Amino acid sequence: MELNAISIGFVVFTIFTLGGGFGVVTTRNLFQGTIWLMVSLFGVAGYFILLSAPFLAAVQILVYIGAIAILITFAVMLTRSVTRVKTRYIRLVPSLLASLALFLILIFGVTMPIFGGVSPELAPATVASTRDLGAALVDENGYVVPFLLASVLLTGAMIGAIFIARDDSA
Amino acid sequence: MDEICTGLCRLMVDSGAEAGLAQFVSLLVGVLLVSGVPLLTVILLIWIERKVAARIQDRIGPNRVGPIGLMQTFADLLKLLGKEDITPTSADRLLYNVAPLVSFASVVLIWAIVPFTPFHYGVDLEIGALFFVAVASFGTLAIMVAGWASNNKYALLGAFRVVSLLVSYEVPLVFALLVPVMLAGSMSMLDIVNAQSGMWFVVLSPLAFIIFYISSQAETGRAPFDLIEAESELVAGFNIEYSGMKFGMFFAAEFLHVFTNGILMALLFFGGWMGPFYYESPLIAFAWLGAKGGVIYLTTLWLRNTVPRLRIDQIMAFNWKFLVPLSIANIVLISLALKLLQELNLAPRQLIGASIIDMLPATIVLLLINGALTMYLLGILRRRGQEARREAQAAPAQFARATAATAD
Repeated sequence: MELNAISIGFVVFTIFTLGGGFGVVTTRNLFQGTIWLMVSLFGVAGYFILLSAPFLAAVQILVYIGAIAILITFAVMLTRSVTRVKTRYIRLVPSLLASLALFLILIFGVTMPIFGGVSPELAPATVASTRDLGAALVDENGYVVPFLLASVLLTGAMIGAIFIARDDSA
Repeated sequence: MDEICTGLCRLMVDSGAEAGLAQFVSLLVGVLLVSGVPLLTVILLIWIERKVAARIQDRIGPNRVGPIGLMQTFADLLKLLGKEDITPTSADRLLYNVAPLVSFASVVLIWAIVPFTPFHYGVDLEIGALFFVAVASFGTLAIMVAGWASNNKYALLGAFRVVSLLVSYEVPLVFALLVPVMLAGSMSMLDIVNAQSGMWFVVLSPLAFIIFYISSQAETGRAPFDLIEAESELVAGFNIEYSGMKFGMFFAAEFLHVFTNGILMALLFFGGWMGPFYYESPLIAFAWLGAKGGVIYLTTLWLRNTVPRLRIDQIMAFNWKFLVPLSIANIVLISLALKLLQELNLAPRQLIGASIIDMLPATIVLLLINGALTMYLLGILRRRGQEARREAQAAPAQFARATAATAD
């Protein structure tokens, strides 16, 4: 791999992603764990930029770091003993097996033609702009049905959350 | 390479420098310039802010150091730098020290997408408006981290209140931001400004501007939304444990954020650098942007020093029960009207380069819609005000009856 801006960026963002992930699983402090998670997610946003998908990168930061991670922080702070987690998870062998299995499945899934493989047509030479992405979401030949289904699902989830959290006496 | 390499870079290549190095150096100079402008502006802004606040409160303000007190901020800066850098023993060292940096960086990063003139900008991102929203969310994170890492219950309580305020007001802010994006048909800041050649967006949608103005005032934590500081209730909020330059960073970030919002509003709603003779010279264009941003900035200072602080429940109720529904209704109405007008050929499909005559019918229709919505809103507000007044008047009477009953 030749040394240029993209490869340097790839190395930096990989350090962010993997280092952040390592921090999440090693720290004994739940709050620091959430911060490491954000570092990791930030690295993933960097990958999107390297892949010429700035829209997805901005959404990644906005949704994961700006919204979900803040939500997790609130949840973590409401739990007891944030800084001193005493319980240790010691079943190393099953967790090692499970993570190895997941890793292998992902590697095979991406490289081997199990799920249809990677055909050259899937990676078009032209870079799709944000405008193309937006048009594809509302185009009847594109993804309008999944898009609408996802919207309905999210609305349903929101109404459900309000219904469960509602104070019945009021 | 030829297209990227212009200006300083071209000059260096012509005088015999290596192309890659020349490009790197010119990019570095650009980055330093774009981030240096806000860093230097903030020193002057602090002086302006203190002077304006003093005048509104019938004082003189800083007037001892230098002519009309201009050097006061430098003196303060030296004092802050010379102070002992205290980290509480039980604080989370790393996070405690990172939080002020993240807070300041989240504001400076916004300047990367600010187009100063038609030709001078840090970078013209395809997703400029979204970049602004994404970067601003780092500021919220910094406050949360600062409040928690200080290991002080007042700091944490302050951070909770502030973060809930910031997260809530981000919703109407983004919905209001969507209106210029929708009108321009692009998220690039350059396109948004160019699309206002026919008519400024503040005329097309004054309601979106007002929503954006209110929510950005809340995002910067200025009165009437100054829960961030609330000195009388929270000792100092999330930054109680900070001292020296780390404390200074939070404040510099806040001062700069207010001015940045002024510039952003000028770009999004007031046509940015558009004004008489802006095409003659980039300097004139830059002056127009500065003047528009400055006027908006001064109005926010005026507001800050005039109104009292609201309670947190009032702020939240105002946001979720008023601003959010209003911003959603505004988007729906404007997008419907715009599409109808375009179908009837009354509005240009491409706003960039449209003249004022092309925009006239669309402007009138959109203004009428905005006016109707405003009248409806004023009706709602009047009813709510009357209810609140009735309750307030009824309360003493009820109290008197209750005490009379117990006396019997």
